Amino acid sequence: MSTPVKAPKPGPQAAKAQPARPKAPRPAPPIGAPAAAPVLTGAQAVVRALEELEVDTVFGIPGGAILPAYDPLLDSQQVRHILVRHEQGAGHAAQGYALATGRVGVCMATSGPGATNLVTPLADAHMDSVPIVAITGQVASTAIGTDAFQEADIVGITMPITKHSYLVTTGEEIPRVLAEAFHVASTGRPGPVLVDIPKDILSGTAPFVWPPKMDLPGYRPTTQPHGKQIREAASLIAEARRPVLYVGGGVVKSGAHAELRELAELTGAPVITTLMARGAFPDSHPQHLGMPGMHGTVPAVHALQKSDLIVALGARFDDRVTGKLDTFAPEAKIVHVDIDPAEIGKNREADVPIVGDCKAAIAAMTEAYGDVGKERLKPWWETLDDLRGRYPLGYTDIDDGLLTPQWVIQRLGELAPEGTIWTAGVGQHQMWASQFINYETPGTFLNSGGLGTMGFAVPAAMGAKMGRMDRPVWAVDGDGCFQMTNQELATCAIEGIPIKVAVINNGNLGMVRQWQTLFYEQRYSNTNLSTHHSEASPRVPDFVKLAEALGCVGLRAETPEEVDAIIAQANAINDRPVVVDFTVGPDAMVWPMVPAGVSNDEILYARDVRPNFEDEGQI
Amino acid sequence: MTTHTLSVLVENKPGVLARVAALFSRRGFNIDSLAVGETEHPGVSRITIVVDVEAGSLEQVTKQLNKLIHVLKIVELEAGSSVQRELLLVKVRADAATRGQVIAAAELFKARSVDVTPDTVTFEVTGNSDKIEAFLEVLEPFGIKELVQSGTVALGRGAKSMASLSRYVSPNQ
Repeated sequence: MSTPVKAPKPGPQAAKAQPARPKAPRPAPPIGAPAAAPVLTGAQAVVRALEELEVDTVFGIPGGAILPAYDPLLDSQQVRHILVRHEQGAGHAAQGYALATGRVGVCMATSGPGATNLVTPLADAHMDSVPIVAITGQVASTAIGTDAFQEADIVGITMPITKHSYLVTTGEEIPRVLAEAFHVASTGRPGPVLVDIPKDILSGTAPFVWPPKMDLPGYRPTTQPHGKQIREAASLIAEARRPVLYVGGGVVKSGAHAELRELAELTGAPVITTLMARGAFPDSHPQHLGMPGMHGTVPAVHALQKSDLIVALGARFDDRVTGKLDTFAPEAKIVHVDIDPAEIGKNREADVPIVGDCKAAIAAMTEAYGDVGKERLKPWWETLDDLRGRYPLGYTDIDDGLLTPQWVIQRLGELAPEGTIWTAGVGQHQMWASQFINYETPGTFLNSGGLGTMGFAVPAAMGAKMGRMDRPVWAVDGDGCFQMTNQELATCAIEGIPIKVAVINNGNLGMVRQWQTLFYEQRYSNTNLSTHHSEASPRVPDFVKLAEALGCVGLRAETPEEVDAIIAQANAINDRPVVVDFTVGPDAMVWPMVPAGVSNDEILYARDVRPNFEDEGQI
Repeated sequence: MTTHTLSVLVENKPGVLARVAALFSRRGFNIDSLAVGETEHPGVSRITIVVDVEAGSLEQVTKQLNKLIHVLKIVELEAGSSVQRELLLVKVRADAATRGQVIAAAELFKARSVDVTPDTVTFEVTGNSDKIEAFLEVLEPFGIKELVQSGTVALGRGAKSMASLSRYVSPNQ
């Protein structure tokens, strides 16, 4: 007898349709396969397929191998191509578009260096499960493997960082491959798909059949959770005395925020939202404890550590959340809901594994929960409320004559119009943007969690704004991050994409500097970026002048008195991109902090301040 | 760490072996042996992978393999309930003085001689890895000049087949 390692799970092939696009009517599609399919060039087939797939925006840069595709693109009434300044910007813009709209983001690049410049955003999208499709030109099929000009094996290079990839070999398969690419990218656990098309296929002709028949016999994501597991989870929640709902990005991806709120309010359990899930549960909700992990709140980190039941919803027990894994939440049983079976049991063994879509699973748990009451959670809440009272998120001003970064970010949040979408780069400013801006709705804080890609903020904001022109978009960026991708501000200025960028300029690679302060005896090796004005040197670069050179409004705030007025000024500009240089001090640090590689029990509230967990071992 | 034999049905598409092999190395698993070939369905190949991992890691690698779009089905074949075979070709020193002994040893293992020179004999033998290992031990004293081994191929015992492939093979294949 053979032992099945994993039985094939039943489930509909098309689990999630592309959410309805908000604007632009689609041209009438041909009904079924017409008797005589039109003969199109591969390039025309690409553009037609994108139109049929209801794509309205493509971010990219043309070049030799992809050139044929750009010719029919010029005539498309539906697809708007945004000419970016670097392919990395195209990739992150596609991510921002996808995260802000819930639809597939599309980017396009030529072969070789164009394609390799997409590697970082593809890896980023893979880590954070963002549905994007990258279309790359490839050298002619006859030249593949000859080290031809601008040849790179992009399918091979991106194999480990894409959900799937295609090398198109005939013109006939273009419609099918693109339909499959969009389907794979957007269903199950979303992710990036790469479609590489040789130049001769783009130039050659083939019949165009739409809708194509998808051929994905090995792709069957499980979306419907198992009823028995759901009942087991519900009864564990009903018995638990110290439950925690540990909410990850999967809840945002599946649009399960309403279901989450219902489950949370029914069970009375505390809710923790990870960096990828900020906004999935309102920050203002009394049951919300904040973010877990390395820079999580004391109550959130402690709640997980002392929990007797962690209900993980679309979260993956990332090392930045768990700290040292062997000492993470030692008494907790685990209910783990994820659409990707490989996440369950990967880092932490699950007592009740539930493979399925969060929306369906959370709704089913609510239904199975029954009327248990919340009385038994009283002591748990007393402990957590006590911690909340004693260890709120906060910061102290450093008397250096410079702005306090946390305060600047807090004011940005308080003064922003309702409905603002936020993006962030990676580092201190990202953590503060997560901590000190209130997120009440999902999809309002877009950042790079898994890969930690510096430079994400500006291009992602550009993409988000293209997807949601009705919403203000603020990029909270650091001076290090900003210098990696700010060229896309030229794109924004020329294409009319009025994003706002707050450069939290501390003149340093702040997070690295913080680690040097704490763990490397204040030996500041290669972290000073010289973007502050000093007697020894002027600002290099001067972000105000740089902004102006890129066609944006450049503003600067250096004193607390001018901060609110400058923010108001930036908020009032909606016809051009705005960059604000907030000159902040270099010594502010992100707290609380669990140093890398130690137990979450060792969380520090501030430097050398360990919280006093009075109740330890008592609940 | 124990040895596990995975039988993986995949769509016969370009790059599928690279995807499977890369996944093992990327997740830090060593492949002991690997054999690939077509099945009774032309669009479907079977990859037999022998891997030395702990049970928890095996589950993780299996789940990761299942995420590859071209992977159709994975089954672990346990030694007791499956037939597992390797093919060995071995060139062993055998002159007039030792040839008789060498051939007698080979007969015990049901090895066939497929090439003979005045100084060597080349044998072909199939069997599970224990048998192959034992055969090589017996030949060792005579002097092994060269050998080549295939990866393990394996099938579950009994009337059942691993999967009703028609579920996975689309009509246009």
